[in-house]
Formats: sequence, C-alpha cells, structure tokens
Amino acid sequence: MLKPNPCKGKLIVVEGIDGSGKSTQIDLINKWLAEKGKSVYFSEWNSSPLVKSTSKLGKREKSFTPTTFSLIHAADFANRWENQFLPMLKAGVIVLADRYAFTGFARDVARGVDPQWVRNLYSFAFLPDLTIYFNVPLDEAVERITSSRAKIKYYEAGMDLNLSEKKVTSFRLFQGKILEEYEKMIPEFGFHVMDATQPIQKQQKEIRKVINGVLRGWEGLPNPVQSAQVYARKKKAAALKEESHG
Amino acid sequence: MAKAHFYGQGYPYLEIKKLPGKLIVVEGTDGVGRSTQVELLRKWLEKNSFAVSDTGLRRSPLTQPGLNQAKKGNTLSPRTNSLFYATDFADRLENQIIPALKAGFYVLSDRYFYSIMARDVVRGIDPKWAKQVYGFALVPDIIFYLRADVQTLVTRIVHERGFDYWESGMDLIKADNLYDSFVQYQTCMIQQFDKMAEDYQFVTIDANRSIKAINDDIKIELQKILN
Repeated sequence: MLKPNPCKGKLIVVEGIDGSGKSTQIDLINKWLAEKGKSVYFSEWNSSPLVKSTSKLGKREKSFTPTTFSLIHAADFANRWENQFLPMLKAGVIVLADRYAFTGFARDVARGVDPQWVRNLYSFAFLPDLTIYFNVPLDEAVERITSSRAKIKYYEAGMDLNLSEKKVTSFRLFQGKILEEYEKMIPEFGFHVMDATQPIQKQQKEIRKVINGVLRGWEGLPNPVQSAQVYARKKKAAALKEESHG
Repeated sequence: MAKAHFYGQGYPYLEIKKLPGKLIVVEGTDGVGRSTQVELLRKWLEKNSFAVSDTGLRRSPLTQPGLNQAKKGNTLSPRTNSLFYATDFADRLENQIIPALKAGFYVLSDRYFYSIMARDVVRGIDPKWAKQVYGFALVPDIIFYLRADVQTLVTRIVHERGFDYWESGMDLIKADNLYDSFVQYQTCMIQQFDKMAEDYQFVTIDANRSIKAINDDIKIELQKILN
C-alpha cells in the first residue's frame, strides 16, 4: 500500500519494539554519514510541536481511544511528512527515521484498530529504500526497559487495553502483541531483519554494510564544501576553454 | 437507530450492541443557518419529551487547544489539518455521541464529518482517502443538508457576524478581499456538498427561505423517523 520512493533522496528507517536498541544504532549511523560529508536529516516519531500539545493532553488525561490515538499519531506524521520528509527527499538528502508508519501499524493494530484502515491513513507515505527491523526476544526487551528507564508510561505499557492491573505485566503483554504485528510486516514491507541481541558494534558494522549497498553508485545532494568545489572546477574549465579559443 | 451501522470498519475493539437513540445531523455551508435550526429542533424535540444532546465541530476537549492554536497561525498543511479534525471528530463520536445514543438520547449534531471532508477536498485532499479515513463514522439516522445560494449566504453573513478569514477560505483562495474570496470559496464548498448529497443520501432542504419555512420542512421529514 506504500508507493516506492520516487525522489532523489534516500529514506532509511529503523523499527522495532521499545528496548530493541534501534535508537542507539540510528544515532551512530547519523554521525557516521555526517562525518562522511553526506547530506543527512534525522526525524523522530511523535515530535512535531503543534501536534505534541494535543498528544500530551490526551496522554495526561488518559482520554485516548485506539482510534484517536492512531489518528493523532498520523497527524503528527503528516506534519513531519510535509515539513521534513518530503522536502528533504526531494532535495536529495538521506532521511533517517527513528520509527515510521510501521510503528503506527504495529501499535494501533495491537490496540484493536483495523489493519487496512490504519494502512490507508498512512498511504501518502513512501516505502523506505531500507527498513531495518531490530528483532529482539520479548524478555530481553522488557528487561532492558525495566532496568534502564525510571518509569514506564501509561500508553507505552498499553494500560488503556486493560490487559493487566500491573504496569510491567501489561507492558510485556502489549509489547508481545506489537511484536506479532512486526513479524507480519517483515514480508509485507520487506524489512531487513537485524539480530538485535548481538553486540552493538557488530550490529553497527552490519548496518553500515547494508547502507553502503543502498548508497552504491548514488549521488545525492552535495554538501556546501563539495558544491563550492564543483563550482570552482566548472569555472576553471570554462576559463580554460575561453583561453584556448582566444 | 437500534443497530449501529458504520461507513467502514467502525471500531473493531468496541462491542456496540444497541443504540436506542437517534443521530440527527444538520449540515451545510457557513452562514446557512444551521445553529438556528439545531436550536429550534432541540426545543421542539424536548417539548415532545425526547432527551436531546447536541454537539458541534471543534468541541472535543482533547483537540480544542491544539485546533485553536492552529487557527491563529496558518501553520498546518491540509493533510495534517485533516487528520487533526478527524481526531477531534473521532473523539466526540466515541466519547460523546455513541454514549449518548446508548443512553437513548436524540443527538443533534451541528455538522458531521461531511463538512470536514468538503473543506479537505477543496484543499486538494484525495476524496477516496478521506472517505476511508472516516470508516469509523456512524451512519446517521437522517442528514439534513441546508442548501442556500452564495448570494443568500452573503446577505446573512453581512447582517450577522461579518466576513471571516476562515469562512472566506483566505488560506486557499488568495483573493485581495474577503468578499471575493468568500464567494469563490463557498461556491466550491456547495459543489462538494452537492456531490456528497447523493453519496450519503442527504435530505436536501432549500435554505434560501425563511427560518420558519425551513424548520417546517425539517420537522415534516423528522416526523417520519420518530417513533
């Protein structure tokens, strides 16, 4: 249901349940590409300021239903789509996204909305050039989250679904449902599956290899230094031509 | 309405058995006199001992602050705006309208998602996409479409609240004055409503006439669905 990316830029996405380690990896990728002089842009799930005020309110008041939860996240995504993703892709930039429409598909369907309905919501978005799915056993992800984060939030734990009175139990059950949805999406959207139980460095090496494959033979938007060099070269060539004619 | 019917998937996670109330929608462009008619209907229904609940657009406690903020500055793109209004509508439907219908209330809705869709489509949103988004919407028992010509709308706007930036679609039309913008924008809106009138089986009421004449027609139609 997502159309291929027709733009010059490249869209690279990381997905996975909470605690799968994807944010750590995408952050390293972002720095690595910037270091290489690439034009790169990073976007994060649920981060546009205007929509944030509403999602904060809904979360505080616990007033979201599965449908409104889904819609407000789609609104946030649409806002970022038009202001970040699309212009950057058109300009020829590598866009890195920590979570994408697939997060909506996984969470919202786990909450009980219709899979086709939520896929239509995001149907204006492109299929990424690369989606890396961080596959981690449920127990390990839960362990990582419960030991590192101070407090699991109400909606993160899926408390709105009344799966359990206990937050940690609810979190585990909810993440399990989300995991099932991700599994279904691996063939549907052609995810590149990463074994997220491996050491961070080993994962990073593999990801860089895959990304190098995606970027092979591709020329995106040059950085300002490169752009100035190209301009200088062209000018010099034109001057030489002029001389030889004169 | 007894049994709940949805335009699409509805709410797979909700078990809605019976909705003994009725959902009555009043639709139409800005300045067509919807709120006047809703008020008259409310009084009339209550006089006839029906319990009435009324609800309008942009009244959800969830999205109100965000929408007000968005209206002040023209910062949201059409698609974001569309999804924002859809969130608001879904919130009211699930948290106000459906519970009221469950409790046997007659719900008068000043506008429904048709208005939002019309506004979206004139701003370039794909109608097929929008139609699927509103797959969660309940099919009303009756939809009154108050239809008036643009010149009628102009007389009412001038004699009531005056021209307004959003009602004139100034974000879209880019005319150099509110009057021209209003005329162009509302003409587009009427076209959209006319298209939807067939798709969604609106009961079209000629709203170029007096308040009383319009109200009498609505009551005649409404009698048919009252028990």
